[in-house]
Amino acid sequence: MEPTDTSNPDYYHKVVDCQWACPAHTNVPEYIRMIAMGRFADAYMLNRESNVFPAILGRVCDRPCEPACRRRRVDEKAVAICRLKRVAADHRDDITERLPKAPQHRNGKRVACVGAGCASLTVANDLIPLGYEVVIYEALDKTGGLMRTNIPAFRLPAEVLDEEINYIVDMGVDLRLNSPVDSLRELLDEEHYDAVFIGSGAPKGKELNLPGRDATERIHIGIEWLESVAFEHIDSIGENVLIIGVGNTAMDCCRSSLRLGGSNVKVMARKPREFFKASDWELEDAEEEQVEIVINHSPKAFVIEHGKLTGMLFEQMEYDIDERGKITGSRVTGEKFFPCDDVILAIGQENAFPWIERDLGIEFDQWDVPVVDATTFQSTREGVFFGGDSAFGPKNIIWAVEHGHQAAISIHNYCQQRELTERLPDRMNLSSTKMGIHEWSYSNDYNPASRRQMPHVELKKRFEKINIEVELGFTVDQVITEVERCMNCDVQTVFFDKLCIECDACMDICPVDCLTITNNGPEHELRQRLRAPAENPEQDLFVSRDLPQTGRVMVKDEDVCVHCGLCAERCPTGAWDMQQFKLQVAYAEDHQ
Amino acid sequence: MSYISKPVARHPGQKQNSLGLTARDYEGGMSTLCAGCGHDSITAALVQAFFELEVVPYRVAKLSGIGCSSKTPAYFLNASHGLNSVHGRMPSIATGANAACADLMYVGVSGDGDSLSIGLGQFAHAMRRNLNILYIIENNGVYGLTKGQFSASADLGSKSKQGVANSFEPIDPVLTAIALGGSFVARSFSGDKQQLVPLIKAGLAHKGFALLDVISPCVTFNDHDGSTKSYQYTRDNFHEVIHTDFVPPASEITIRYDAGDLQPVTLHDGSQIYLRKVDDDYDPADRSAAAAYIQAHQEQGEVVTGLLYINNQAADMHAINQTVTTPLRDMPYVDLCPGSEALKQLQREFR
Repeated sequence: MEPTDTSNPDYYHKVVDCQWACPAHTNVPEYIRMIAMGRFADAYMLNRESNVFPAILGRVCDRPCEPACRRRRVDEKAVAICRLKRVAADHRDDITERLPKAPQHRNGKRVACVGAGCASLTVANDLIPLGYEVVIYEALDKTGGLMRTNIPAFRLPAEVLDEEINYIVDMGVDLRLNSPVDSLRELLDEEHYDAVFIGSGAPKGKELNLPGRDATERIHIGIEWLESVAFEHIDSIGENVLIIGVGNTAMDCCRSSLRLGGSNVKVMARKPREFFKASDWELEDAEEEQVEIVINHSPKAFVIEHGKLTGMLFEQMEYDIDERGKITGSRVTGEKFFPCDDVILAIGQENAFPWIERDLGIEFDQWDVPVVDATTFQSTREGVFFGGDSAFGPKNIIWAVEHGHQAAISIHNYCQQRELTERLPDRMNLSSTKMGIHEWSYSNDYNPASRRQMPHVELKKRFEKINIEVELGFTVDQVITEVERCMNCDVQTVFFDKLCIECDACMDICPVDCLTITNNGPEHELRQRLRAPAENPEQDLFVSRDLPQTGRVMVKDEDVCVHCGLCAERCPTGAWDMQQFKLQVAYAEDHQ
Repeated sequence: MSYISKPVARHPGQKQNSLGLTARDYEGGMSTLCAGCGHDSITAALVQAFFELEVVPYRVAKLSGIGCSSKTPAYFLNASHGLNSVHGRMPSIATGANAACADLMYVGVSGDGDSLSIGLGQFAHAMRRNLNILYIIENNGVYGLTKGQFSASADLGSKSKQGVANSFEPIDPVLTAIALGGSFVARSFSGDKQQLVPLIKAGLAHKGFALLDVISPCVTFNDHDGSTKSYQYTRDNFHEVIHTDFVPPASEITIRYDAGDLQPVTLHDGSQIYLRKVDDDYDPADRSAAAAYIQAHQEQGEVVTGLLYINNQAADMHAINQTVTTPLRDMPYVDLCPGSEALKQLQREFR
């Protein structure tokens, strides 16, 4: 293999699995260390830099970081990254003084954002401090978009939403509630904005057109139903409820039903559990509340008797699943009737743009979705940008935030007459954490504790009201333990080949056998020849240049390195050092 | 010395041996030796060898004397027996232990000071008796624990860290062992585990005194230019005269060589070692020729390594003395202490 080019920030960035997996590249290990030091406000501000809504995301983020967490590869369960984010948010001091502010002199550019959800708010957050005037149009009478309408208050309290959204609105957003944009043409022609950002989400729930669909009022579309619940237009539901679909929306629907009078709530899934779209933790939370999840039942018909919904008919399914876990065949083995009073459809959502005229130069593809550049987020019409669910379909909040950051860079470049593609690359900073002979500025002592369990409000109590937040947040003891579970993957093992005397000390001490001094070779073959075979192709091998004494190379399999620093402690020549990697992500403000 | 303990995290693909143990189960406490010490590499090689041999840890007794080297037994096989003796007296303690309990596997770890200076007499007589032990000398040519004075194995003319040349002739443990009846005599280098691990395994399987002299650079006091026991010097002058592969009893032999110069040696327990001569002139069964070869090459500054001499037919201490090999703990009390009448009877026989 060629010697590894560690001057490319991507190499070390990939080692920080959580940060690499986070769409907004939140510096997770650093904020966890800040929490460990009790610097909650600093941890909050570091989060805010990349993900803008730490208190919200600390509760309801889809957490792509956690499945990626290296801890899972040595200890089964990931660090509770998301819960720790909430710790920073819950315990922060007043940080309003530290928020970005609009400058005294505006730059004269006006930007319109459609929808007051997380994508638009991020655009405003990034552009207002640069002097832009940002106008947000919102159809409803409240901000937050799907964060407010689709996430029940028992998971995300309204106060939390309001506080973080107001940080941005108070920077000086021209917020226009109850102002649906009915025609993009009008907006473009009449208002003469310098740029328009569309962050209107994916507000249309999918239909299930089966016999009986239109014969009753008791069949609800999941996201519309959740919105009505959020705005208190709906405050009850029948005792027996069937939820169709098994994604995260389905979990919110079933749990909301329990709080509105449902007592026998079933989630109906077409496929076996391993194909569920819902996150594991949302499934667990629903099951804790005694929701029954019924697998292998495919909806066939709504059963209406005398104009009243009495239940649903399902086909019982059987699947052939191959070794790789793919479904290769299916058959119907029978039919089953499930009685119910209400049905909630939670089988997906789409973006919908009836208000965008098709002759504006904004191209739509075969699925009637706008064609959007994946880097610049510009549509095929100059100056019109998309982000969040409205750009590439339903994802989640953290993706929408990242879209917002990228769109803000594009809008800034566009308004300053620069090429949209003139975007600054990621940069990095490496600094030694060495404080003394065997002292480091991070806690390198591996803590074998298992993941802490989030304490919940007891079952009986939580159903008393719709908006009792179920998760209580970590206790002090839990925080103290959980922060130590983080392995500080951003503290990198940096190798200086010229200093190595090949004494083997680092190899001998490494608890997870990730270091090998051996002859170089092609990657697939080298991977098998290491002290422990490197079987995870998603994790890189570090290969040094030829070592001075024997011409062999130092190879590190990054897969399960626990960043304990013992290689550096046992190195007599300082050929290994533990250096903190800081990714420097460029935002709109860096593009001057 | 590291203040943290080695993380309990393990590589998910870590192998288990037939006892269900991983290599990490053969480890001991955290080393307090200097970072980069050759001794720690030898410890790692021991861990590897015991793991691969699938030894039950409590069937092993580890013994040592005094010095950096003699701390080694604390760093491997936590779940075994051990004794840290007076300086240079480990061979006698080992002899006594082996006399009383012959069915344990004995590993003595010593240093060039412990064995070649204060303990030279003890070392010599343990070899003469062909005590059944693997005796490792972690040889770095200096007294590291007392700030790096030359030891008895330092080569004539070798320079100290301050630049002073050594003016005494060295005692070579390998030549000494061959001369005094050691039945398995090998030399290796802490920086070459591919050679070291099979030699440890063969030495453990050998019945009799197995001397393993391991060049183990002292990174703190003897790893500079002018030293003849540094990593660089050893690598530059390393001369493997014979390559050893170890095959445990009843294992399938998977080693394949092209040349016909492969020499199998069957050990007492049925295991085999396969010797492949790197130099055709060398015969590890010929005691005087081996000694002459080593001496000649050493004079050219070469560090001759490998299994340099083996006599797998030599009788060990119990056989020579016709002493009982049943461990004393397994013998009935009446046999161990037959009573005053039996003593009188014995005494009458000598009258």
